[in-house]
Amino acid sequence: MEKIFSHPKSLRSISTHYCAGCGHGIAARLIAEVVDELKIREKVIGVAPVGCAVVAYDYWDFDCSEAAHGRALAVATGIKRVRPDNIVFTYQGDGDLAAIGTAETIHAANRGENLTVIFINNAIYGMTGGQMAPTTLLGQRTATTPHGREAKIQGYPLKISEMLALLAGVCFIERTSLSSPQEIMKTKKAIKQAFQNQIEKKGFSLVEVLSPCPTYWDLSPVKSLEWIRDTMAKEFPLGRIK
Amino acid sequence: MTRENNKILMTGNEAIAEGALQSGCNFYAGYPITPQNELTAYMARRMPERKGVFIQAESELAAINMVFGAAASGARAMTSSSSPGISLKQEGISYIAGAELPAVIVNVMRGGPGLGNIWPSQSDYFQATRSGGHGDYHTIVLAPACVQEAYEMMPLAFSLADKYRIPSMILSDGMLGQMMEPILAYRSDKRYAISDKLKWWALTGCKGRKPNIVKSFYLREGDLETFNLKLQKKYTQIREKEQRYESVSLEDAQIILVAYGSMARIAKNVVYDLRKKGKKIGLIRPITLWPFPKKAFTSHLSPKIRYLVIEMSYGQMLEDVRLAVNGKVKVGFLGRAGGGIPTEKEIVKSLSSL
Repeated sequence: MEKIFSHPKSLRSISTHYCAGCGHGIAARLIAEVVDELKIREKVIGVAPVGCAVVAYDYWDFDCSEAAHGRALAVATGIKRVRPDNIVFTYQGDGDLAAIGTAETIHAANRGENLTVIFINNAIYGMTGGQMAPTTLLGQRTATTPHGREAKIQGYPLKISEMLALLAGVCFIERTSLSSPQEIMKTKKAIKQAFQNQIEKKGFSLVEVLSPCPTYWDLSPVKSLEWIRDTMAKEFPLGRIK
Repeated sequence: MTRENNKILMTGNEAIAEGALQSGCNFYAGYPITPQNELTAYMARRMPERKGVFIQAESELAAINMVFGAAASGARAMTSSSSPGISLKQEGISYIAGAELPAVIVNVMRGGPGLGNIWPSQSDYFQATRSGGHGDYHTIVLAPACVQEAYEMMPLAFSLADKYRIPSMILSDGMLGQMMEPILAYRSDKRYAISDKLKWWALTGCKGRKPNIVKSFYLREGDLETFNLKLQKKYTQIREKEQRYESVSLEDAQIILVAYGSMARIAKNVVYDLRKKGKKIGLIRPITLWPFPKKAFTSHLSPKIRYLVIEMSYGQMLEDVRLAVNGKVKVGFLGRAGGGIPTEKEIVKSLSSL
């Protein structure tokens, strides 16, 4: 009988440090499955910057680099330009990619760097204790917006994927979510496409993944998935953006 | 090693770039800032001819982090800037030190603080020698005094970086950067070559080996202290083995000038002039600013000797000289900054007040 489901070779057999109901563990596994399926484990190099993303290199079983907060795409640019035959990807949170690292994100995309970006959008800073992220929704309560985000004070949720889609150097952008098994399968398909694009030297590809953070959303894991579906996906519509 | 017979006329900035290329530098990322722009432009012209990578980054932050990535992949990677830009790079330099990556950073110093001006200065001495970013770390700091030395220092900077897996910094200044001098160029200096096989830690894809991780994050209790102790051991070794300096007419000297970089050339002229007049004067020129060449001072601590430290800054290297002589001799000081350069006349005048 054919074995159709097993532990990915690219994922170490250790438990993660993530909170109950967090999306990071699912996203890290999807990447490991895609790396296995594309048979690129021996040439893939991951870049994990500061945030809950950073310890991903403890879970993947392939070459990885850490990056300072916001600098993942600069580090990845350095790696990819030196080693164009390796497959280089970044795994970044919303604070990293769309606040402190906005310049690095936009310019790597605009140079059309042949890189794959997995962008975990959970509308919050997780590692530092639930502060407002650039993608925090209006009305959403966080440690630094205790009465909810207000447009006239904190501005609007930043739609960086839509912004990046305007750049000529960008090849592929899709927004997916981890809110249900079906959406998780779509996320995996998009991640695979983003890696395939790099293998085919098509240029900058990014998958934005709406991901639950029950701890700092102050919701149960199940309610968090509902919140993605009913609230977050209204502000950040799912689907192919470019 | 072959030496070209022809001399080439170059600025200090260009000589640093050419020296880097001859050392096998195959990755450069930079961002425009005066007075180091000739270096970036030279790299833009010459790097592609050698199949290396040149990137004009969107910021100094991006440039130093591109260098981080390139160094992590095993490249001989370099960036350059001038004082305000070097301040921006400090975060990246700390991460490079923390991840134990080899890289070369060039600072063509200008006047500060803040935006300052574009005149020559040595005001970044503290920043360079006291780990300008966060955490307990050091960079090897090399200070050339002429265009030829700037050129020849590059292979040394890269090989020390590779040997100790540490960032090395070339501390130049706007005068040396802009000054043109004829240099004798070497071609492909193999003395300082390093085999890629020695970079076992580099990110190349995990084919045939266990995965490599480049990082500076140690979350478990005790791990970071252990790592810091490892770094300290390395720094002790560097302090013992890598002190470099030039000494001029020290044998019978009763007055010893201490100066580095461009400033040392002016000081050297004073030594030559006053020696002709029978004055017993000499010069110590630190070539490594970190590790500071304490060894240069050990045989010259007789209480009769007077020291004069001369800087294009306000008493920065002075502190290291005082630590080196440890109160055994008197140390005077002459410094100007913000574009002011101590003249030979001013140095001679200062001698009378020692």
